[in-house]
Amino acid sequence: MNGFVENYLIPGAIIVGQSLLVLVLLLVFIAYVLLADRKIWAAVQMRRGPNVVGAFGLFQSFADLLKFMLKEPIIPSGSNKGIFLMAPLVTVTLALAGWAVIPFNAGWVIANINVGVLYLLAISSLGVYGVIMGGWASNSKYPFLSSLRAAAQMVSYEVSIGFVIVTVLLCVGSLNLSDIVLSQQTGLGTKLGLPGSFLDWYWLALLPMFVIFFISALAETNRPPFDLAEAESELVAGFMSEYGSTPYMMFMLGEYASICLMCAMTTILFLGGWLPPVDIAPFNWVPGIVWFVLKGSMVFFMFSMVKAFVPRYRYDQLMRLGWKVFLPISLGMVVLVAAVLQTMGWAP
Amino acid sequence: MILHTIFFYLFSGITIASALMVISSRNPVHSVLFLILAFFNAAGLFVMLGAEFLAMMLVVVYVGAVAVLFLFVVMMLDVDFTELRQGFLQYLPVGGLIGVVLLAELLIVLSGWAFAPNVAGNPVQPIPDMAQISNTEAIGRLLYTHYIFFFQTAGFVLLVAMIGAIVLTLRHKPRVKRQNIADQVGRTQIVELHSVEPGKGI
Repeated sequence: MNGFVENYLIPGAIIVGQSLLVLVLLLVFIAYVLLADRKIWAAVQMRRGPNVVGAFGLFQSFADLLKFMLKEPIIPSGSNKGIFLMAPLVTVTLALAGWAVIPFNAGWVIANINVGVLYLLAISSLGVYGVIMGGWASNSKYPFLSSLRAAAQMVSYEVSIGFVIVTVLLCVGSLNLSDIVLSQQTGLGTKLGLPGSFLDWYWLALLPMFVIFFISALAETNRPPFDLAEAESELVAGFMSEYGSTPYMMFMLGEYASICLMCAMTTILFLGGWLPPVDIAPFNWVPGIVWFVLKGSMVFFMFSMVKAFVPRYRYDQLMRLGWKVFLPISLGMVVLVAAVLQTMGWAP
Repeated sequence: MILHTIFFYLFSGITIASALMVISSRNPVHSVLFLILAFFNAAGLFVMLGAEFLAMMLVVVYVGAVAVLFLFVVMMLDVDFTELRQGFLQYLPVGGLIGVVLLAELLIVLSGWAFAPNVAGNPVQPIPDMAQISNTEAIGRLLYTHYIFFFQTAGFVLLVAMIGAIVLTLRHKPRVKRQNIADQVGRTQIVELHSVEPGKGI
């Protein structure tokens, strides 16, 4: 037992403490992201949105939480009970597990692993299991159709997300998320004569990939206009039709946690993570976490606006976009970026 | 090290248990889900070996893509599995014989297996210092330099298989109407966009 306390107990306690801190802050943040989503959606449609619970409806999400938790959970008698209850748990666990590798600031990361990007890719590709399991275990027509749609859709867009990540990795030369952010300190902006500015980040140098990543992220998280898995005009509520109370709330929580994860991923890959937009006096006094949250919120605002004003895609159009438009473009960009980096001698 | 040992037995125990459940559970969807659990724990074992790149690849490729397609197919199959189990006793002798042969071969291989005496001294590439570069980089350097032709050949084999599958299943039915996006966007006679000034009309 020699060295047990200092080798296992103290590091273990630190990791548990950090995880709990991130988890609690994240859940509170998600509560307000949910509110923001509804408020933005309402503002676009010239409604007020939730405005009753608390000032400006600030406590609406907590009221919803209580409502869901106090309702009676209903499990359909024909369902496969174990998998039916496991599906929302899988969704939430996976969506929250991804946050373990997100660097919020220089050195502010729970697990600074070397294959951080691959871990995130793996986590986001596993998100489909919650949907498939929920849809299948409900033993009902519409949820099942929805889960088949979701499986095909998420696997398709996974491919272009993978290629987009490969392009970024070609420019970085590392799979570590902190390294990806730090490599955006110098880039196109420095070559244009504006070192340390927002022009250095990869959104400008890899603009087509940024757009593809954003749209694929919408499809990957089943957000409108790609919410074919829960298209209410066709499939009631999709894979969630048979769910109520706490399991339903967990699906919602998992969905928004993975949307926030995608926003964080976009921030890290293309918007310079915690780096200030301009590296001069008043901006670089602000702590990096503030920039990170601001950038992530900006990406979420775009997610929200897209939901508000883009009509839903038809399923064959969705598949065409994924396989016939995004896949060739991203594949071509991988070759092009690699060739440019190699011929110009910029490869890391 | 004690924590390491505990996690090793945890991961390997769950891997073996879920592998057993894959072949013994009655519901094929449960089998696929147990297969996914087995993949996951195998990835955990890879991480413990320090092969984090292989672990992530296992999860991304097998769990994230291959197993989703398995599940996809298995969920849509309408097979009466009690009927399939009817002939269990009938096929038991043949199946058991194959199992015994495989087990014997495995035992022979495992008991007689050893490194050739000179192989450890002369690897194809010098083994890099793991403190200097990550194992992702080490795999990449080896795969894209020394083994590039094997790598490319493997890629071509997969491509040919994919094209073969598409050629076998692709058929153009004459009466199916397809949407041609370019034609639809390029048409002008039928639908046009006008910016209409207020109070004037077209």
